Amino acid sequence: MILRDLAHARAGDKGDISCISVIARDPADYPRLEREVTVERVRAHFAGHLRGAVRRYALPGLGALNFVLEGALGGGVTRSLALDAHGKCLASRMLELPVSGDDGAAADGRLGEG
Amino acid sequence: MRTLRIGAGSGFAGDRIEPAVELAEHGGLRYLVFECLAERTIALAQLAKRRDPEGGYDSLLAARMRAVLPACRRQGIRIVTNMGAANPVAAARRVAEVARNLGLQGLRVAAVTGDDVTDRLRGTDAALDEGGTVAALGNRLVSANAYIGARPIQEALAAGAEVVVTGRVADPALFLGPLLHEFGWAEDDWTRLGRGTLVGHLLECAGQVTGGYFADPGRKEVPDLARLGFPLAEVSEDGTATITKVPGSGGRVTPATVKEQLLYEVHDPARYLQPDVAADFSGVRVEALGEDAVRVSGGDGAPRTGSLKVSVGCHEGWFGEGQISYAGPGALARGRLALEIVRERLRLIGHEAEELRFDLIGVDSILGPDAGSGADGAPAPREVRARVIGRCHSPEEAERIGHEVDSLYLNGPASGGGVVKSVREVIGIRSCLIPEADARPGLTWVEA
Repeated sequence: MILRDLAHARAGDKGDISCISVIARDPADYPRLEREVTVERVRAHFAGHLRGAVRRYALPGLGALNFVLEGALGGGVTRSLALDAHGKCLASRMLELPVSGDDGAAADGRLGEG
Repeated sequence: MRTLRIGAGSGFAGDRIEPAVELAEHGGLRYLVFECLAERTIALAQLAKRRDPEGGYDSLLAARMRAVLPACRRQGIRIVTNMGAANPVAAARRVAEVARNLGLQGLRVAAVTGDDVTDRLRGTDAALDEGGTVAALGNRLVSANAYIGARPIQEALAAGAEVVVTGRVADPALFLGPLLHEFGWAEDDWTRLGRGTLVGHLLECAGQVTGGYFADPGRKEVPDLARLGFPLAEVSEDGTATITKVPGSGGRVTPATVKEQLLYEVHDPARYLQPDVAADFSGVRVEALGEDAVRVSGGDGAPRTGSLKVSVGCHEGWFGEGQISYAGPGALARGRLALEIVRERLRLIGHEAEELRFDLIGVDSILGPDAGSGADGAPAPREVRARVIGRCHSPEEAERIGHEVDSLYLNGPASGGGVVKSVREVIGIRSCLIPEADARPGLTWVEA
């Protein structure tokens, strides 16, 4: 099971900082996100991109986490040599994070109305 | 309770125009806002203004105005836009000219000036976020524009502007200005300023809250994206709002689309720093009110910092790039060989680059080292595209990268095709903070 089964995500940029939201498709799954999608796991998941700190902001009212990845964009959108200089695709990379499948029914088929 | 309907006619410079017309004609709006200014756009506009003193504003300004002004004039919808870019006064003159040509005499257009702090910052020791000072950029400095707040927009509207054209303004402030004017919120009513900022933030990327940038077939379905409707907010006097769109337009507005936009490019949701307020989105609640209508409440705010962020544009050299494709059996190995050859060629010819990058599109160009080694059982790609890009100090040096990729046609691996090469100038964007008193906004008036 991967994070995509439980959550949706969107990435944005400010300078050399990538900002990636992780939003529970079903708010009931939020505690699992908070438990499993930790700063340490996200840092390891993006090891090839990161050159700075990772911060996580918890938004239980929205059933969402907000991640800030510093130094993740190759010097910043305007100077980066990367094909995806904005790091927009990093949201999809985030959703590849493995999560445990031991909590409730499979999420397949649920539509993210949050 | 009194409400105000405000719509978003664009979320970036190249955005579609028809959804703005749809909003103007069928949105029941009082205000239509066009956000068109990305971080780098204003630096490029400053360069354009140097070449032509009457240039330096958004290239689609006239087309957008021609499309929406008739409906806006007819219905009394006022327009706010940052399409003035580096030259709001020239842009205001252009809007007036478009209005005259449409027979809309007497249209009052206000240009907001004062965000350009290039001359004030040049040579100073203002500290850049990425390290170093503005002075250290020397003649590489292109531009410095402060993100100013909503007050000048409010003043322009209070003085009767039907169209307000700005340069660099904090994006949410384009929406906050009309709310301040209509509701008369106090300058230190941090809660309402925070809620107004939330409304602006949700609308500023236009289609990104109505189902654009959201679809993921099989998981997140969005109908009719080719006819995506742009958003409007019905805002109450207390700052709570309902996000919706014109009935019958494409896309959808759900709590999920609203949440994605709510957190978009927000770092600490409890401290979203703006020129007018430190907005707090941490307690926001979203709830579906019905089809394509989502109520947003619980926004808050704290006193503004007193500093303004400045977007500093600078020359960063030249990008040179070349790409070539390989397909069929052995495509991956031939693509890798192509990259090795170009790497060795650039060394042999003594090529000088600040940075170089070698990608295989379809393999590792996006995910980089996180893509894995390819030894994890994944099937070999049936086609790959080799890409070499470097940042160089001159256009001539940048051009040599594309030449080396081009020469793979006759000198590289078998069956390479589809070479594309390019050279383009790099305008980098850095940022710094200045005291808010250092930017002095003003208004210039033009009448059609």
